[in-house]
Amino acid sequence: MSPDSLVAHHGEFAEDHSHEPNNVFGFWLYLMTDCILFATLFAAFAVSRHQYAGDVSGRDIFSLRYVGVETALLLISSSTYGFAMINAYQHKLPAVVAWLCVTFLLGAGFVGMEVNEFHHLVAEGHGPDHSAFLSAFFTLVGTHGLHVTCGLIWMLTLIVQMTVMKKGLSTVYLNRLMCLSLFWHFLDIVWICVFTLVYLMGVQ
Amino acid sequence: MRTRRLPILSGALALAALTALGGCGHSILDPKGAIGLQEKVLILTSTYVMLLIVVPVIVLTLWFAWRYREGGPGRYQPDWGHSVRIEIFCWGIPCLMIAYLGYLTWTTTHTLDPYKPLASANRPVTIEAVALNWKWLFIYPDQGIATINEVAFPTDTPVNFKITSDTVMNSLFIPELGSQIFAMAGMKTQLHLIANQQGIFPGMSANYSGRGFSDMHFNAIATTKAKFADWVANARKAGVTLDAADYAKYAAPEEKAPVQYFSAVEPNLFNDIIAKYLGKANSLHSGLGE
Amino acid sequence: MLGRLTMSDIPYDQPIIMGAGGFMALVGAVVLGAITYYRKWSYLWSEWITSVDHKRIGVMYIIVALVMLLRGFSDAILMRSQQMMAHGGAPGFLPPHHYDQIFTAHGTIMIFFMAMPFMIGLMNIAVPLQIGARDVAFPFMNSLSFWLTAVGAMLVNVSLVIGEFGQTGWLAYPPLSELKFSPGVGVDYYIWSLQLTGIGTLLTGINFFVTIVKMRAPGMTWMRMPIFTWTILCTAILIMAAFPILTVTFGLLSLDRYLGMHFFTNELGGNQMMYVNLIWAWGHPEVYILILPAFGVFSEVVPTFSQKRLFGYGAMVYATVSITVLSFVVWLHHFFTMGSGANVNAFFGITTMIIAIPTGVKIFNWLFTMYRGRIQFTAPMLWTLGFMITFTIGGMTGVLLALPGNDWVLHNSLFLVAHFHNVIIGGVLFGYLAGFAYWFPKSFGFKLHDGWGKASFWFWLSGFYVAFTPLYVLGFLGMTRRMNHYDNPAWTPYLMVAFAGALLVTCGISCQIIQLYVSIRDRHLNTDVTGDPWNGRTLEWSTSSPPPIYNFAVLPHVDALDAFNETKKRGHEARETPVYSDIHMPKNTPAGFIMSVFAGLMGFALIWHMWVFAIIGFVGIFATFIIRSCSDDHDYYISAAEVACIEALHDSRVASLELTHVA
Repeated sequence: MSPDSLVAHHGEFAEDHSHEPNNVFGFWLYLMTDCILFATLFAAFAVSRHQYAGDVSGRDIFSLRYVGVETALLLISSSTYGFAMINAYQHKLPAVVAWLCVTFLLGAGFVGMEVNEFHHLVAEGHGPDHSAFLSAFFTLVGTHGLHVTCGLIWMLTLIVQMTVMKKGLSTVYLNRLMCLSLFWHFLDIVWICVFTLVYLMGVQ
Repeated sequence: MRTRRLPILSGALALAALTALGGCGHSILDPKGAIGLQEKVLILTSTYVMLLIVVPVIVLTLWFAWRYREGGPGRYQPDWGHSVRIEIFCWGIPCLMIAYLGYLTWTTTHTLDPYKPLASANRPVTIEAVALNWKWLFIYPDQGIATINEVAFPTDTPVNFKITSDTVMNSLFIPELGSQIFAMAGMKTQLHLIANQQGIFPGMSANYSGRGFSDMHFNAIATTKAKFADWVANARKAGVTLDAADYAKYAAPEEKAPVQYFSAVEPNLFNDIIAKYLGKANSLHSGLGE
Repeated sequence: MLGRLTMSDIPYDQPIIMGAGGFMALVGAVVLGAITYYRKWSYLWSEWITSVDHKRIGVMYIIVALVMLLRGFSDAILMRSQQMMAHGGAPGFLPPHHYDQIFTAHGTIMIFFMAMPFMIGLMNIAVPLQIGARDVAFPFMNSLSFWLTAVGAMLVNVSLVIGEFGQTGWLAYPPLSELKFSPGVGVDYYIWSLQLTGIGTLLTGINFFVTIVKMRAPGMTWMRMPIFTWTILCTAILIMAAFPILTVTFGLLSLDRYLGMHFFTNELGGNQMMYVNLIWAWGHPEVYILILPAFGVFSEVVPTFSQKRLFGYGAMVYATVSITVLSFVVWLHHFFTMGSGANVNAFFGITTMIIAIPTGVKIFNWLFTMYRGRIQFTAPMLWTLGFMITFTIGGMTGVLLALPGNDWVLHNSLFLVAHFHNVIIGGVLFGYLAGFAYWFPKSFGFKLHDGWGKASFWFWLSGFYVAFTPLYVLGFLGMTRRMNHYDNPAWTPYLMVAFAGALLVTCGISCQIIQLYVSIRDRHLNTDVTGDPWNGRTLEWSTSSPPPIYNFAVLPHVDALDAFNETKKRGHEARETPVYSDIHMPKNTPAGFIMSVFAGLMGFALIWHMWVFAIIGFVGIFATFIIRSCSDDHDYYISAAEVACIEALHDSRVASLELTHVA
């Protein structure tokens, strides 16, 4: 008996043990908790943002042009992910994979640029252990970067599962793509806040 | 107005509690200063107001439980579960009580604010208190002396404590005089107290600060002006001075530190202790409450 | 490879620690030996460790809670003995290094590893049954949550024998918890055990929120939900809103300790009060995370044993929801002594008191539920009555502390200690113990021995008052908390009385152990044949005890509050042969257990700076998850025929037992 016929049998309220609609709702709730996690980090950053302790301030270390490119990469990756989703609903697996690959490269570029930025700062003697401001900066931006990295690993996993393992675009995988989509756009929104509050307000 | 009405309201009732607790010595219900006295009155007032509800609730609980026991005389109405009149009572009574207590909170929080200087005909004594591991350093900037683990001041004279820490968080507390305030590194907090009776009052750190915390106490001596002057003069004769170079030696961790007097003290030591945590540049934030 | 772990980190020279460790090892060996002897390993593995059944997970949570209650209570006895002995120059038998670990561990264990697992265990057992669901929304995640909590509890216990626990107090205020002042592994044990269990709790919050929102039986509208489910819904919201803050706070503290950052340090711009604000922004909601479910239990117990409907259901719901909201705007009352302005202090004082209004309403509602009822004094009802009186007093001392003017002299005193034990023992613990006795027959199919339960109650109640009334007095006498020794002779008599109280509580706990033993031994006498031993009102009593794996053969249809009571009132007209259909169920999986083992390895390795093992643990967690995600084989069907068979078997068992009872 397929899950669909079971739902029909039990009527509207029957619990659907494939859990897929619950999955998306549950994942959305997880994102809300993640939102609080970032909000707390933003609060910590707000408390520490002027505590330079004699070390550098945002104005000394931020290059808006560099961060602008980073931001562009991430924002564009959000659109490319959108294209992947459109194709997913039309069950065009090759196009989905292609767009996911583009998204992955853009995301990887973003993470790479961020790692490079961090590496430079540490190399120049402005590591996270030099002032509260630098601690908060590295932590907030780094946490976002870690999230993006997790998203990339997830994306890679999905690509491999759908192609190499031939899972295709079943309901289960559509829902997983949907969850990752939520995650990816969420990280975009968080980044816009990071860009505004950390970088734009930091160079003033 | 209010401060006058409070004692009348609770004076008689306070007596019972006082006889129970006041005799034990060093109780916050047997205060020796104006601040502590007002806080005692506040504790008792708020307690009595709440007892007006708490006692009936406890009595009702026991009474209902007994009366409506299975096989008891109470009427049985299994489907009764709503009554607007009782609901209004359920919400209304707590609301009334909290309205009064809220009013009490607002006024007393302002009148008893530890940051508020006390009005007095006598010139206040300023004492800078530094929490160390695990002892208290008291600096008298006006007298130019300092002590470890002992503090003195004349009675009926406001005492202005300025407090910081050169270690972890502590809390400066002399129970019989009233309020306490945290001591935190890199920050300056304030506490205004007054003693209206002579005596030796135990003081302590009221915030756990590690291994030697239990012995981090001191005596607060409230005495006459003349005896206070003697005490200062005695400290001046100590022959040991506290300057910036020696400070590290005296600030080193120590348990059960004995009382010590310093005949002279580095000017501005207190502010330097705060400033060393503020980093090299900007950031003049001192004390969250300032 | 082994980081900073050396043989000298095992405290051989501490007889108390080695004794406790040896005792734990002995008990462990006996348990493991018994499992081996009775060849139960495969049963344990397939039926419990890998189980995703909410009923089993609930039982395992409660086992963890009860074990940790014993551990936390041993700490309490040690503290009471030390303070009774260490006066007037006597050092007592616990040096500060050990004593400070004990009070830190006591608080941490009682909140995170006793109260939380107890609460989550109860909600696992009761909520899906109360809402007529077959499982929780995410059964695998539920298993993961449990094992993360269990592994966190393991880490705390490991710290007893290998290394040390924190010596900072249960909230680890910096800068004391920073590397400079706590260079040992104690704070790291604290951080990682709590991070793991905290993440488990967060997942539970999400899980139960989705379960309650999405999986209620047909017809169960919001205002037909049992109050316990309502309180769990609010608790789930609080968990989702508060635990991320805890994760971040501990995360920042770890960054300070591991990477030399400056969030909470004294130096270079760190701000210790940021930690205190953050930890209480989690900590105060946490208090309500603990107490709301207890309120929920009382709201089930009072109507059941008053044999009457709950008074003011609507008011109860609104009160619960308003407590949920208010709990986020009161955190500053934990540090009125910080030196905030008078307006700020007054604001937080008043918001704190406002919570007393919905709480008072609840007390009145339980009171008027008893009014015109027919009260049966079973053990759960006694716990409830004890709660109503004790908690009212605890609430009074709480409001007392909410006035900044009072708090300035009572802050950090034993008065405060007495207050929160008053609400946590008299509120939270009494509630959970009531729930334990109330739902025990649902889980196991037989009732607990009522007499031993009542004996336990009376010992606990009297023990509580004897132990904590003196602490209230000591607060007035200016005794501050966490003292290892003292030199004020006036305090000693009170501390002796308090110790006697702790002994009474020991008797209470012993009665509970005896109760469990006697009840299991005589389970045939206490068998609950019907699945409804208390003449219950809510859906969990409509299925058999213990319920079949699928909970309900046919999902119930709800058309009123107290759904099962309504069904019973209408008589058993629904005796017509039910039509069964295939039931879709989640398969057991070891993934949650394996991921948690890796997480435990990672935590232990991070504590001891064994970076290789930390990486292995970290990669293991993700690899296990990804490997699981590659498989689609997560569920199975129980065929309609099989359901009919299980139900028929149950019916015949009920019939035969009823016969023997009649005979």
